Amino acid sequence: MSNGALGRRTVLAGVGAATAAGALTACGGSGGSGGDGKLEFQQWWEPELPDGFLRGLMDEFEDSHEGITVELLSGPYAATKEQLIAGAASRTMPDVMGLDGAWVNSLAEQKALADLDQLMADASYDGSDLAATVEFDGAARMIPVANFPYILFMNRDVLSKAGVDEPPATREEFSAAAQAAVDVDGNAQGWVLPLSLEAPNGVQNDVMSWLWANGQSMLSDGKPALESPEVQSAVDFILELDEQGLIAPGSATLKEQDKVEEFSSGRAAMIVDTIAHVNLLREGSPDLDFEVAAMPRSEDADGEPGVTYGSWGIGVAEASENKDAAWKLVEFLMSEDVNSRIATAANAFPGNSAAVPDSVEEDEVIKAAFDVWQSGTPINEFVGLPVAEQLMRDFAEQLQKTLEGSQVVDQALTAAQETWMAQF
Amino acid sequence: MTTSTAVDPSRGSLPERPHGRNRHSVHGSPLRPYAFLTPTLLVMLVLMVVPIVMVIWYSFQDSAVTIPSTEFVGLEKYRQVLSDGTFWTATANTALFAGISVIAHFIIGIGFATLLNSELLSPLVRAIFRTVFILPWLFTVAVVAVLWRMLLNPNGIVNYLVTTFGITDSGVEWLANSSTALPIIIFINIWCGYPFFMVSLLAGLQGIPKDLYEAARVDGAGIIHQFFHVTIPQLRPIILSMAILDFIWTTQQFALIWMTTGGGPVDSTEMLSTYTYKLAFSTYDFSAASASAVVVLLLSMILAVLYVRQQRARD
Repeated sequence: MSNGALGRRTVLAGVGAATAAGALTACGGSGGSGGDGKLEFQQWWEPELPDGFLRGLMDEFEDSHEGITVELLSGPYAATKEQLIAGAASRTMPDVMGLDGAWVNSLAEQKALADLDQLMADASYDGSDLAATVEFDGAARMIPVANFPYILFMNRDVLSKAGVDEPPATREEFSAAAQAAVDVDGNAQGWVLPLSLEAPNGVQNDVMSWLWANGQSMLSDGKPALESPEVQSAVDFILELDEQGLIAPGSATLKEQDKVEEFSSGRAAMIVDTIAHVNLLREGSPDLDFEVAAMPRSEDADGEPGVTYGSWGIGVAEASENKDAAWKLVEFLMSEDVNSRIATAANAFPGNSAAVPDSVEEDEVIKAAFDVWQSGTPINEFVGLPVAEQLMRDFAEQLQKTLEGSQVVDQALTAAQETWMAQF
Repeated sequence: MTTSTAVDPSRGSLPERPHGRNRHSVHGSPLRPYAFLTPTLLVMLVLMVVPIVMVIWYSFQDSAVTIPSTEFVGLEKYRQVLSDGTFWTATANTALFAGISVIAHFIIGIGFATLLNSELLSPLVRAIFRTVFILPWLFTVAVVAVLWRMLLNPNGIVNYLVTTFGITDSGVEWLANSSTALPIIIFINIWCGYPFFMVSLLAGLQGIPKDLYEAARVDGAGIIHQFFHVTIPQLRPIILSMAILDFIWTTQQFALIWMTTGGGPVDSTEMLSTYTYKLAFSTYDFSAASASAVVVLLLSMILAVLYVRQQRARD
């Protein structure tokens, strides 16, 4: 690592020391590996995969690529993000990194992400099997390795008792099913809306998914369009659910994990969740009888159904001195066989369009989710937006105010539109 | 018994005090003490001076850290931060959070310390109380945050108790309600912070000479008078030091707030620490975050000066 890099890292640590204890303790990238054939691969995937799975894949890669070794740098999602942002500033990023689409704009703005189109061209790689790429400035910066659709999870026990035997296809049916569940079981909640400001991704997964399911958009010509009738309709619907007492209390501080706990404990009849949690639900609550279905739509919706999704994306550091080897690792992970195995292990759908995870054949829930995935259009309009997490937080704050009753939906959307526009 | 010091004739007379050039030959260069200090000075330079100076420098730049070539914008980032309503909300919340916490830490700390110092309790009971009282201090902030989030969950034990005993008709969204979130956060911080005050004051109480109390009793002072005219004056240096240090620490509290409310709902528990963190890692405006950090640094320095002056007066 250069002295300059060391100095910049020290400075970043200083920001933390002067602001909030612990806030930046994760600062400082791991440092580039240099050109010695040793790759650093930073991600949050390893803790979420079966023990030893990712290391096993790396061993396979090393065996088939003599002279290249891979050091895994694994940590929680939030810590990974902070370390990458700090590493981007100090040009001490790992060679290969796991990415969330919401980070791409900021990292690419810092010129920290390599042009993957160029790397593909240099390696004569045929990218036709890649299901998607995330671009910035006209070049691919991230490739989704594994995709996690956010769809409707339903507690069969609770809903059957309430006389609901079919998944709700429309918002009206959803509202009726939630009401029936609450009426039949006083301890049950109809739906859970996590709006924590610490991790505001509930705006993307639990709020905007209603809009995107209709095939509608929160953007117009790439700019925020939050005051549109479509967005208003989605927020109005959520407010109606709240007014009917169908949303679990405590939304303002609930996080995704709280939502999953509410569902796994049988207190929530329905949630919008990722299929990555299927195993978690089964292990945590073996008796939980649940199924999955597509997000309900408005009765008058005529757009292509959108399926909200999150990704484990991958990118290469612009500052890496070993880009050729880094691309080899990306290529390995995106190959049909390996990508299929990753998707199976993670309960995800593959980034390689030719790959089919074994779990689709073996698991009824995953099969149903795969049908939903294939019948809709993957959509996540926050991917590639500037300061995407802050946009979600701004929206969550306005929604919190609205649910508290201190403003109406019009005011919330106008305020959110103003704060969003300031970021564009 | 007497002792004497004999001079060994073989070694001649007592050595003369070195002076002039001779002194240098004995003790080395006058720069020698600084050579011994150099490692410490270097560590301080790298770990304290450089980061602080760089943060101050960043606060005068535009888009610091995120782009290679930034512009000097003078006080623009300070203007941006100081004209932001959320900053002032965060400042007010921080002052309230720290102020109430310190006062409560003192009151609870002195109360429990007095109890533990009392001879009315048997040694065994005191040992049990000491263990129980100090427990909150043993938990890390992360554990405290998770623990209280579970207790205060809308379906948690606190709501079960308040509804079972008829205190409220239905459960309260303790952390998710704008009107209750800040008081609850303050309560949690008080709960996990009083043992440090208690332990320090207990040490102080044990150092007060018993003669003073006996003299006070002879003069007819009751327990209340003894407390206010003997105990408190004797503990005043410790109380002042602890209060200033606790105020500084509490204004820096980040993890507890971030892990329980994230600064919300809306901005009801926003503190200067969470506000600065969001500027840095949510909007990636490291310049504004640096400006906010410098403002916090200046406020902390005022308290630090007060602390140092208090320490000097004590010496």
